[in-house]
Amino acid sequence: MSALPLVALVGNPNAGKSALFNALTGARQKLGNYPGVTVERKAGRLALTDGRPVELVDLPGTYSLDPTSPDEQVTRDVILGKQDGEKRPDALVIVVDASNLDNHLRFALELIALGLPTVVALNMVDLATRDGLELDAHILSRELGVPVVSTVAVRKRGLDHLRQELDGLMNGAPRPYAGHGARDFDTVRAEARRIARAAIVRETPSRRLTAAVDRVLLHPVAGFVLLLALLFVMFQAVFSWASAPADMLEGWVTALGEAVTNTLPPGIVHDFLLQGVVGGVGAVIVFLPQILILFFFILILEATGYMARAAFIMDALMARVGLSGRAFIPLLSSFACAVPGIMATRTISDPKDRLTTILIAPLMTCSARLPVYGLIISAFIPARTVGWGIGLQGLVMFLLYVFGIVGALVAAWALRLTVTKGQSSGFLMEMPKYQWPRLQDLLIGLWQRAVIFLKRAGTIILFTNIVLWVLMSFPKAPDGVRQSEYSIAGRIAGGIHLLVEPIGFNRDISLALLPSMAAREVAVSAIATVYAIDAEDDVEALDKGLGERLQGRWSLATALAFLAWFVFAPQCISTIAVTRRETAGWKWTGFMVGYLFVLAYVAAGITYWTAIALGLG
Amino acid sequence: MRLTELPLRQPAYVDLIDWSALTPSEGQRLREYGLCEGASVEALHHGGFLGKGPIACKVGRMTIAMRRTHAAAVTVRTGPDGVGSQDKPA
Repeated sequence: MSALPLVALVGNPNAGKSALFNALTGARQKLGNYPGVTVERKAGRLALTDGRPVELVDLPGTYSLDPTSPDEQVTRDVILGKQDGEKRPDALVIVVDASNLDNHLRFALELIALGLPTVVALNMVDLATRDGLELDAHILSRELGVPVVSTVAVRKRGLDHLRQELDGLMNGAPRPYAGHGARDFDTVRAEARRIARAAIVRETPSRRLTAAVDRVLLHPVAGFVLLLALLFVMFQAVFSWASAPADMLEGWVTALGEAVTNTLPPGIVHDFLLQGVVGGVGAVIVFLPQILILFFFILILEATGYMARAAFIMDALMARVGLSGRAFIPLLSSFACAVPGIMATRTISDPKDRLTTILIAPLMTCSARLPVYGLIISAFIPARTVGWGIGLQGLVMFLLYVFGIVGALVAAWALRLTVTKGQSSGFLMEMPKYQWPRLQDLLIGLWQRAVIFLKRAGTIILFTNIVLWVLMSFPKAPDGVRQSEYSIAGRIAGGIHLLVEPIGFNRDISLALLPSMAAREVAVSAIATVYAIDAEDDVEALDKGLGERLQGRWSLATALAFLAWFVFAPQCISTIAVTRRETAGWKWTGFMVGYLFVLAYVAAGITYWTAIALGLG
Repeated sequence: MRLTELPLRQPAYVDLIDWSALTPSEGQRLREYGLCEGASVEALHHGGFLGKGPIACKVGRMTIAMRRTHAAAVTVRTGPDGVGSQDKPA
């Protein structure tokens, strides 16, 4: 906890709170978690006009202080000073959407009544003007009894004024507090409406851009086709845009490996650095561009307001398997990573709906599986087009994602009929106005994802690789025996191999399965390390790319079975940990791990046997 | 008529809401969205291939989506007296 004065940013969802937070704090943000709950804590530093720093915390958006979900609970608890690990804020910045005053003022009145030093940011005034609304901030300020500042967070308008007002608040000039006491919902709503009417100077028929766009994007047929097309483009882009930067990174990794070879004398330190560190971690790092491209799309879908439309379009389909369109958002986030995806299920209020969504979230192909798919696809699927400029590799990637989605829907349907049986809950959701995403917000989002990925590569992936390298390097194999088979890891893998041989997995894969539980990308680095160790003194073999080496040792049927395994693959440790926390116990966590293992085994088996029958062995 | 039967893009206002057809948390959320007796409402889109999906409607200045089961709990009235009736007694 920081000793700096704490200012909390609070408001309804879709008030532009995060954009304001980014505009005020820039890239100097800290992401963390509130203790005991998996709600993300976003904090940053803000300098007041006189240079004094304060800590600004961005609270989850909520509609009232009467929470219906865990993240809304955090907002309430922080504001009331009841949240562990957070002191009560010294001041509030209430963010309201200028074009939705009626609604947002009701919550603002509820917050103002708490008596904390408060300033209201009348945000997105430009969009209100676009909608034909003209507002008077002075009238609003007079009616609310607190300072009101017009802001356009995305254009940094009004930020200095907001800082000045905060300055005044922090200097302790107490505001006269009109203690209303507890008032019922309808009274506050009527008051909010009256104030909103008073503050609206002019209201003309608007262009209603959002309504016009929605006529196309929410069209029952066109909207669905567009959503599918969008997802397809997203996965094509992940493959085609990433190849140039990935090649560049690979070049750097190779150069680093050569530098190690040139500077260090042959021996154990040299081998450790080259095989365990550079080879292992390097194999994962090259997938950073693909992961960032995927996040780029997801961030844009969120920032533009399209994500809620996708949920709307998908609701009818999701209802068929007993879920709601709301589940679509955590599931789409799970394409990036199941951990934030599972955390995002907190917005689903029905417990059984939420549990089902958690259980199927790992079936969405997360970005950690991209390195695995990427390696196998580029090694075994020819890089040619199948017409209309559609690449075969991208198409296979798309199909893998589709298998994951179909698997998830079938699983949800089956779960809803059995273990999570119950009445299906409803679908209630706000559809925000469309907005252009802002470059700075995108860059901050991508930067945070890149840091998280590189931290993983530098910690858990590096650690797993080091352990694996030690297990694979000792004891030393006598001449004529492959080191990867003779070593401790090789012997463990031998045992696993007995179990997975029927589904076409060879010893390399058996060896990669266990460490890939730590992080799925490790499957790639583990295989890379196996070949690096086996190739030890074979300079020619080391020069070959990993993909090329795989082609020599795996059949196509094995490669396809391996892909199928990873569609349903066992979750990584982080997913298991977050599931345990979110479901409050091991019961459902164990269930999830178990059913996914069975699915993965069966899917890999069917793929392998079918491929063999088709003569692809 | 019920909100489910309201033709698209025809301004109306909420006559009555059968709160008993909604769970307490659904009722709370709808109230927080500004859906209450007297609020102006306009159906904008019906989702799903056969129009059996959720309904997107404008409530005040906000667009919200709800399932047909929820929309069926909302009785609406159209006509000139309904337009912009938020400030008039219902």
